[in-house]
Parts: sequence; structure tokens; C-alpha cells
Amino acid sequence: MAVLTYRDALNQALAEEMRRDPSVFLMGEEVGVYQGAYKVSRGLLEEFGPMRVVDTPITELGFAGVGVGAATLGLRPIIEFMTWNFALLAIDQIVNHAAKMRYMSGGQVSCPMVFRGPGGAALQLASQHSQAFESYYAHIPGLKVVAPATPADAKGLLKSAIRDDDPVIFIEGEMLYNTKGEVPEGEHIVPIGKADIKREGSDVTIVCHSKTVTPALKAAEALAAENISAEVLDLRSIRPLDHEALFRSATKTHRVVVAEEGWAFAGVGAQVVDDLQREVFDELDAPVVRVTGADVPMPYNKHLEKAAKADAPKIVAACKKVLYV
Amino acid sequence: MATKVVMEALSPTMEEGRLVEWKKNEGDAIAVGDVLAEVETDKAVMELVARAAGTMIKQVIPVGTTLPVGGIVAWLGAKGEAVPGGEAAAPAPAAAPKSAAPAAVAAPAAVPAVSAPPASSDRVKASPLAKKIAKEKGLDLGRVQGSGPAGRVVLRDLEGASAQGAVSAAKAPLATGRASTGAPGVVFEDVALTQIRKTIAKRLSQSLGPIPTFYLTMDVDMTRAAEAREALKALGPEGKVSFNDIIIKAVATALVQHPACNAWWMDDRIRIWHEANIGMAVAVEDGLITPVIRNAETKSLRQISAESRDLAGRARERKLKPDEYTGSSFSLSNLGMFDIEHFTAIINPPEAGILAVGKVREEPAVVNGQVVVRQKMRMTMSCDHRAIDGATGSAFLKTLKTLLENPLALVW
Repeated sequence: MAVLTYRDALNQALAEEMRRDPSVFLMGEEVGVYQGAYKVSRGLLEEFGPMRVVDTPITELGFAGVGVGAATLGLRPIIEFMTWNFALLAIDQIVNHAAKMRYMSGGQVSCPMVFRGPGGAALQLASQHSQAFESYYAHIPGLKVVAPATPADAKGLLKSAIRDDDPVIFIEGEMLYNTKGEVPEGEHIVPIGKADIKREGSDVTIVCHSKTVTPALKAAEALAAENISAEVLDLRSIRPLDHEALFRSATKTHRVVVAEEGWAFAGVGAQVVDDLQREVFDELDAPVVRVTGADVPMPYNKHLEKAAKADAPKIVAACKKVLYV
Repeated sequence: MATKVVMEALSPTMEEGRLVEWKKNEGDAIAVGDVLAEVETDKAVMELVARAAGTMIKQVIPVGTTLPVGGIVAWLGAKGEAVPGGEAAAPAPAAAPKSAAPAAVAAPAAVPAVSAPPASSDRVKASPLAKKIAKEKGLDLGRVQGSGPAGRVVLRDLEGASAQGAVSAAKAPLATGRASTGAPGVVFEDVALTQIRKTIAKRLSQSLGPIPTFYLTMDVDMTRAAEAREALKALGPEGKVSFNDIIIKAVATALVQHPACNAWWMDDRIRIWHEANIGMAVAVEDGLITPVIRNAETKSLRQISAESRDLAGRARERKLKPDEYTGSSFSLSNLGMFDIEHFTAIINPPEAGILAVGKVREEPAVVNGQVVVRQKMRMTMSCDHRAIDGATGSAFLKTLKTLLENPLALVW
């Protein structure tokens, strides 16, 4: 199996889907001539031409709205945001239009489109450019939210997102683009709404997604050295949430830690905890503990930034807490 | 690093303890095993012992405070060390201050820690999983020492819990027990219930409450026992034995001959004891307690007399240790000193029987066709009908009567 970067896995998915379906097109800032701010769209302008790889001005609300219009008329737009921080300008189109189109038209019009781009923090981009917005979008009925952690999942989920008949929020990671992994060639589909066990374990489940999968795996490795067997459950999809996988793992290990990059308040983990306490209360041997970003705007200072992020030592400490060790 | 001193479960049924007296003060050097304080449990005043060494840096609760098991009593640490923030005060603070960023690094969650409200002491704290498993396995969580925060019982506390005796009778395999003292022989055996016993148990429980009790009363001529008691006084102060001592000895001897009455009802079985561990009810200031004369069947009247005096004395001072007032196989309650002639005692489960004895008093009696004055005593046995039938209990009482009326038989 080919080893690709996350970036190239996304590129492969885009190219394959654009070849398969002529209604698919890519639009955003610098996606064409510059080949993407992070080079995800490398080679696409050359292959598909300017009608299907469309450079836009710096007008997030505008081109998101063009995308919603195109989708309601039967095309399958992929709207790239240079980062999800900039998509705040476009959130009216996403929340008030894309998400509600099917419902408010009584099912007459659907909105088959993908909004994608990197989310969360990279390194020292300060508070305005270091935000994880999964829970913003997951809050909205009518949107699907996915956040793959590996190149294979990135490819498989992007293909599923493009083929989905409803708007999908696709959250990538600047720090993930260069990560490498085996990626199946051709028709590799990861269904939306399916979590994945990235490491099997029996003592504690670490629920994570996107960029927290790596520290979760590191934490599991560190715990293994202390004879603690941690299971790493990568949600992959935030909405719909894979309850079956979540409850199965919690029922197996009886102790759960939820790690996420975003803030704690009303975060993804808050929803996970709510579902767990309601559905598998009797399986829990300890209150679920969450590891999140610190409850502050992301500091620019690199030491403070490091301190504010959910990392492996914090996940290890949380696991020990739920294990009472 | 500072170490918590928590309220320990000093008796099997203790859920909270009241601090009676500090034995160490703030600033005192503490060695492992030092007595830090005296704590009144539900049964006795016990010593709270240091599990770690260091300096007593904080007495968290004042004398007189009642604290649930697991609550923080004091902190030990290095001399001059500060008590860790937030956890020091006995009543939980409303909320810990929000940490500054560097402090937040160590915390697994970025949300400010909010302390749980003070937990009520009348419930067993256990994780949902522990509760589920305890229910499935028939474990009594109240008898498991929790190792989680504030004494929460968690899964690992249930592993091996059956060894601690937390298994309620319902699901345990039939067993025989050996003496913990290392004495040879089997001290009890469990007997499976026959169908007829199950039916008796079920039907009679429906009729008369969870312990279907019936009462057997017998008059005993204590004249010879009284004579024996007088005769023993010739031995000096050591020869002073009470009627109660003689009755304990006689009950123990009779129980050996009637093991069916020396039994525990354990819901799915009957445990027949091979040793007579006699609980004797002792009135204390605000209730009663039943210290146990163990292996009374093997002890001389003299030993029983000395032991009962010691146990009763310490019971009144509330100085008994838990193993001195638990585990009896049969109980005895004597209200003779209060001039009670006859009463019925309430069974102390899981024991199947208890004997209530009244005052030894002079009464006219017919002996060999003559009316004479005799020393008479009325005794009533309360029997758990699930374990003991009328004929069984009567046979035991008949033997007991014979022994008491012929006290020489006790040394035979």
C-alpha cells in the first residue's frame, strides 16, 4: 500500500472524485494558481481547468454563498477555507443556508457540498488563528462534521463527504498535512459516522479525534509501560457520533477519558460524556474525565501555548485518575 | 508531599465516626502507627492510627465533629509544609479558585475544579459499575472498604471482596470454616436447604415477617446451681461466679449436643456452628452490645466468669474491638438483675436462636409430693423457625434444663 502524506491523500480524494463526477468542483482562496495555501489542490487546476478549480477573492461569505447556490442547483461544490478561523465570516451561509436548505424547502432542495480546511492550532499562530471549531458546527442540526486524523481516513472520509447529499464540515489540520500513513488506492471509502479503534486496550478508553489522536496514542504507549492497557477510540465523525462504538468500548474498559483540542465548555467531550452517563451509566467505574484545551484564548508565547494544549502527559494523568492510580 | 489522614472504617458497619479526642497536636512529629486521635464508631471508641510519618501540619476537624468514612481528619507532611489547597477544609469549599495558566498545566481538565457538595454519610459510595457487579454477585457494598475518592467503592475493591466476607449469603458456595486461631477442626459447616426447609422458610416468613420467630418457655430449678455458686465462693474472690456465667457454660454445653440450634440462617443455607460462640447482651449507656465468649464449650466456668466480667466492663466503657462483639453463633440475654421474671428476646440475625432468662427467685414447688421452697428461673428461647423447629428447640431446652438443674454435669 502506498505511503502518502495527509495532504496528498486529500489531493488524491479530490482528484478521484472530480474525475468520477463532473458536477464536483473546488473553490476558495489560492486553490488554483497557487495550488492551495497548503498545497492540497496541487495539480488540480492543470487537470480540471479554471471552471472546476476556482480562485476567489478574500470573501469567505461570498464564495461560501456561491457554493450554497451551486449546490442547491445540483452541483457538488467543495469550498476550501484557508483555515476554519476565516470561516467565521462565512458562518451565516453555512448555518443559516446550507444547513437549513433541505428542511426549510420541505425536502425539495438539498445542499450536497463540502466545506473544508484546516482547524485548530498549529504553532504560535496566536489566539485568532488557533481555534478548534468542531463543536460550533456539530451543534447545528443539518450539518455533518468529520475530522480525520490519518491520511487513510482523510482520503476515505473526503470521498464520503463529497458524495454525501447534505453539507459536510470537513476539518483538517495544518499540523497533520505532513504526517504520513498507508493509504489504499482508488475506491477507499470511510463512512461518515463510524469511529475507529486506533489501538485496542482493556483498562481505559481514550476518546479522541483529529489532532488529539497522536497524543492519545503516545499516552497509551506510556501507560503500557506501566501495565495499563488503554484503548484509543478515534471518533473520526463528530456528527453523527458513533454511539455504538463509544458504548461498546466504554462497556469493555469501564473507564473513559475524552481528549479534544477545543475548549471544555460545551465541547465535543461534553456531548460524549452526556451520552455515556445516560446510556452506559452502570458500566462506568469512574466519572469520565476530559482533557481539553485550556480555557483561554490561545497564547502566542510558545511555552504558554504548549501548556494550553491537550497533550500526552495530560491524557496519561487523566487515565490514571479514572483508574484511581 | 502532604498526606491525608482520613476517617477509617474502624468497625465493619461503621459509616461515620465522631472525633472524641486528639492525641497529637499540630506541629507534633508523627511516626507510622502513632495514635493520632480517638474516634467513636457506632460501637466503640477506637484509635485512629497514623499510616504515614511526618509532622501533623493540620487538624482539619475539631473535637466532636462527626465525619463520614473517607473524610479528611488531618494532614501529615513536612514541618512547615502548607496544606494542599482546596482539600484542607472539612466542609467542602464552594469552588477552588481558577488556576493561573502554569498551574493549569498539571490539571487534566482545563475547567476550574469545583468541589463536590459534602456527601451524605448514610449511603455507600460506589461507582455505578461496582454497584452493578455487587448486585449481580450478591456482594454487600457496605462491607467493602472503598479505595476511591472519599471511600468510593470501585471495581478493584470488589476483586477479592468475597474473601473479606462481603459476600452476602445469597450467592456464596457452601462452605466449611476453620478456626482462625489455628485450632484444629472445622468450626462450622454450611448445610444446603432441603425442599421442606425452603417451604417452611417461605411460608412462615410470609406469616410473621422476615424472621418467623416462635418462643419456647421452660421453668428451671436453679436450687442446685445456687448451691454450687455458694460453694464456689469458698474458693475466695476468684470463685465468685454469676448465674449468668453458669448459664453461658450450660448453654454452650447444650449447644454442642444440639448443633441445629447453634446455627445461622443464611437465606440459601443454614450454617451449623461447631463451636459455641455465645453473645451476651450487655446494657450500655445508650443501648446494648453483645460481646462474645468464644469457644465457650471448651472453657471452664472460671475462664468464662473472668472473661465475661472483662468483656462487660469494657463494653460499658465502649472499649471493645470489633472482633470482640461480632461473630456469635447464639446469644443470651439476662434481665434477672432487673427483677424481670420472664421476657422474650429478639433474635440477632443471622443467628437462629436467642435465650432470654429471668430472675432466679424463690418459689413454692412440688418435690416428691411435698411443697417446698425452690430457686426457680424461667427461660424463653426465641427460635427462627426457618432453621429451628419446635421439637428441635425443645430438645435443646430440655438438655439445658437438665444441665442447670445438675450443675455437676458441667464439669463432667
